[in-house]
Amino acid sequence: MDLQYQRDVYGETLVELGRKDHNIVVFDADLSGSTRTCLFAKEFKDRFFNMGVAEQNMMATAAGMASCGKIVFASTFAMFATGRAWDQVRNTISYSNLNVKIVATHAGISVGPDGASHQALEDITLMRIIPTMKVIVPADGPQTREAVMAAIEITGPVYIRLGRAKVPTLEGVGHFRFGQAQLLLDGKDVTIIACGLMVKQALDAAAALKNEGINCRVLNMHTIKPIDRMAIIDAARKTKGIVVCEEHTVIGGLSSSVDEIVSEECPTRVLRVGVKERYGQSGEPDELLNEYRLTPQDIIAACKKIVTRNQ
Amino acid sequence: MEITQEEIALLQEKAKKVRRLIIQMLAKAKSGHPGGSLSSTDLLVALFYGGVLRHNPKDPKWPDRDRFHMSKGHCCPLWYAVLAEQGYFSVDALWTLRKLGSLLQGHPDVRTPGVEVSSGSLGQGLSVSLGMALAARVDHKDYRVYCLMGDGEIQEGNIWEAAMAVAHYKCDNITAILDYNGFQIDGCIKEVMSIEPLVDKWRSFGWHTIEINGHDILEILKAYDEAKKIKSKPSIIIAHTIKGKGVSFMENVVDFHGRAPTEKEAEIALKELE
Repeated sequence: MDLQYQRDVYGETLVELGRKDHNIVVFDADLSGSTRTCLFAKEFKDRFFNMGVAEQNMMATAAGMASCGKIVFASTFAMFATGRAWDQVRNTISYSNLNVKIVATHAGISVGPDGASHQALEDITLMRIIPTMKVIVPADGPQTREAVMAAIEITGPVYIRLGRAKVPTLEGVGHFRFGQAQLLLDGKDVTIIACGLMVKQALDAAAALKNEGINCRVLNMHTIKPIDRMAIIDAARKTKGIVVCEEHTVIGGLSSSVDEIVSEECPTRVLRVGVKERYGQSGEPDELLNEYRLTPQDIIAACKKIVTRNQ
Repeated sequence: MEITQEEIALLQEKAKKVRRLIIQMLAKAKSGHPGGSLSSTDLLVALFYGGVLRHNPKDPKWPDRDRFHMSKGHCCPLWYAVLAEQGYFSVDALWTLRKLGSLLQGHPDVRTPGVEVSSGSLGQGLSVSLGMALAARVDHKDYRVYCLMGDGEIQEGNIWEAAMAVAHYKCDNITAILDYNGFQIDGCIKEVMSIEPLVDKWRSFGWHTIEINGHDILEILKAYDEAKKIKSKPSIIIAHTIKGKGVSFMENVVDFHGRAPTEKEAEIALKELE
């Protein structure tokens, strides 16, 4: 299976876009080597600005730049983009609906050895609650490229969440359409809704469950805001329950997005596979996914809970 | 730079008119920030009416316009009065300040013609100005960026991140204006959180500093002119001002940082500003 760093794809896509569109400007906060904006910096010295270790300044500067008609990309780690600079993102970028694309890397527990201070588990929530902000969590390398391409077609702020570790390229998932969930597998028993690297975990879980006679519907909910309401309502109506999987706190992110729609439109059981109000810690990505119950086995257990209760 | 006594007198008259509008708007709104609006009035009048700012009220989005950003967003009554007076929108709109659905929000919002980027959460405007200044560089345009900051505002860390970055990028197309009236909501700046030595701080960050009396129109105009001529570093005009300037019972009274005048107080104030 093909493995890719999403951030490599991001950096390469920026260069591709930068060649075509001279209106694109990129900011980073001393992490351009990690976020891969260094690739853009190398080719377009006059359209790249390193702001040093100062994320608040970077975000408000990005706002000023965007107010002059530029399409601005601002990158750093997810923790700092969304936490450290939240007020700048809320009050200055988003309130004025400015064209700033915040592409943050190193999100989630799979950051690994750096530990809790660098493992953003709240970023989806922090960005989702801001009016005018759109939120995308691409599941793999090719989808990262498509998401970045889609982001520049959107007027206003967009948050794109990327990981640190290499992720497997999903096969046969089709094209990314902003705001439209991807139906990766159809089934009538239970629906698994996932984003980011949890999509692969969901597919692995679904494959194992199929062997036990449980048919899962699997949705890649790459766009968390605006969320695909119809896909969720349809899943709630046609399957026995929903398991939501995210490499993120279960509070306020994808799980909550699903809960909100289901409870309003079609109440059904929703179980959450995510981080349960804990900080992260150091370890290897696989060890951490295991420790924080984010494995296919955890998804399988949740799916079985739904199916057996409904029997 | 040449300016006659008559021209200065005209600007002083204009400043009085703007101050009257501020008092009237705030009395009608029954809330808002008179102190800092009045202390910055001469600075803004000189900028907008003294032939300094390159702009066109009939075309607020003119790409080559100079940018003005009010980082201390709570002093927007001043900005609104100037914008209305200049024809960005009707003067009648001033009487809707802070009302539901108004063009004029309690703090600057991009719905108001002339407002480039929202403000209100302090400490971000110098960064916003940096973004605008760098956009001019990317687009090979020669517009300038003017950023008005409050003295209490520079207690925000973001200001110093921006101060460092503006100097790093040698943005000589930025003129920062600091309204140094010495007060913030909780009292004297000296007592709440000292910001001195101010000139040394900005110089050490790589800025050209110009200290002036912020109520002397000639000094203000000369400062804008000097800032324009400084190359390869940004300039900051540190303007010594009086909070509540122009209304005797508001001057240096911290209560009027964020309290609107009552009808009666407004009446007295307007008489003083005749």
